[in-house]
Amino acid sequence: MLNNSLYRYLLLLGDNSLILGHRLSELCGHGPNLETDIALTNHSLDLFGQVRSYFQYAAKIAGEGTEDSVAFLRYEKDYLNVHLVEQPNTDFAHVICRQFLWDAYHLPLMKALMKSKDETLAAIGAKGEKEAAYHLRFSSEWMKRLGDGTEESHKRLQSALDHLYRYSYELFKESEVEKEMKEKGIGADLGKILEEWKKTTEDIFRSSNVSPSDDPPAIAKGKQGFHTEHMGFILAQIQYMQRAYPDMQW
Amino acid sequence: MSDKKQWPIWEVFIRSKNGLEHRHAGSLHASDAEMALENARDVYTRRQEGVSIWVVESKHIHATNPEEAGELFEPAADKVYRHPTFYVLPDELKHI
Repeated sequence: MLNNSLYRYLLLLGDNSLILGHRLSELCGHGPNLETDIALTNHSLDLFGQVRSYFQYAAKIAGEGTEDSVAFLRYEKDYLNVHLVEQPNTDFAHVICRQFLWDAYHLPLMKALMKSKDETLAAIGAKGEKEAAYHLRFSSEWMKRLGDGTEESHKRLQSALDHLYRYSYELFKESEVEKEMKEKGIGADLGKILEEWKKTTEDIFRSSNVSPSDDPPAIAKGKQGFHTEHMGFILAQIQYMQRAYPDMQW
Repeated sequence: MSDKKQWPIWEVFIRSKNGLEHRHAGSLHASDAEMALENARDVYTRRQEGVSIWVVESKHIHATNPEEAGELFEPAADKVYRHPTFYVLPDELKHI
């Protein structure tokens, strides 16, 4: 992989949106009802839109390839997304909980990127901020509905949170690339994002009547290219078309 | 799923531009007003159809009975003089 910090930073940002967008796209046509199905697919498309911006920029920096080759033609160890976004759509509570933990991070991230010294990243942040704000609103509302809903929905949400909360720590574990980008005024300060994230999540957990587990953080090194057992299957599906029919267009 | 567990139906009204009126766009299911607004945003404004949304639970809309259409609407059929079409307009007047 190209040894350029900004390039790696773009992958790190873009891969999170790519893999989460893919997870959401798996629900297309399978949402719990028509309205929620469309909503989650919209979120997926918002994320893919961001991915395109990140990867077009990454391809430009690399001086070769396109957004497609960045997205589809890397090996697993070259993807830098966190483990949270790889977690499967076990049930609707997992989908919402995963989304909420991510959205609460994503919105302050976009706000921070808006202030980036890098003009392209600042523009991506400005566009993404509105989308992320709506995603957070949507997932927060659903957290409350499920957590404070029926006995069954509460049980499922708590169980999803028990599983997923361990993976949230990785979002804030600063990698070398993130540290360098922060110091250069290009990237976000994860410490500040964590403060925002804690405020948002504590507030919503309270009104959703669920509590995060005190299990130790998951051992997750997605930002270094090490992934969960789900990742291979995800990539097989994402990459199939470009691998089977190189450079195909439609 | 029993009827009891179905989310109620809401009617959605969208205003496409400031200055225009809200028009009926369709209906959807939602458990409460907040969800109805979000669902309406996701279902009916994906292609920049609107700048404002109203939702109202369908049960709050009172409608005329189709069986009474005769007595309600047919009497207007032969009262053509109610249309302002008998005025002679000057040629300079356009768009009326």
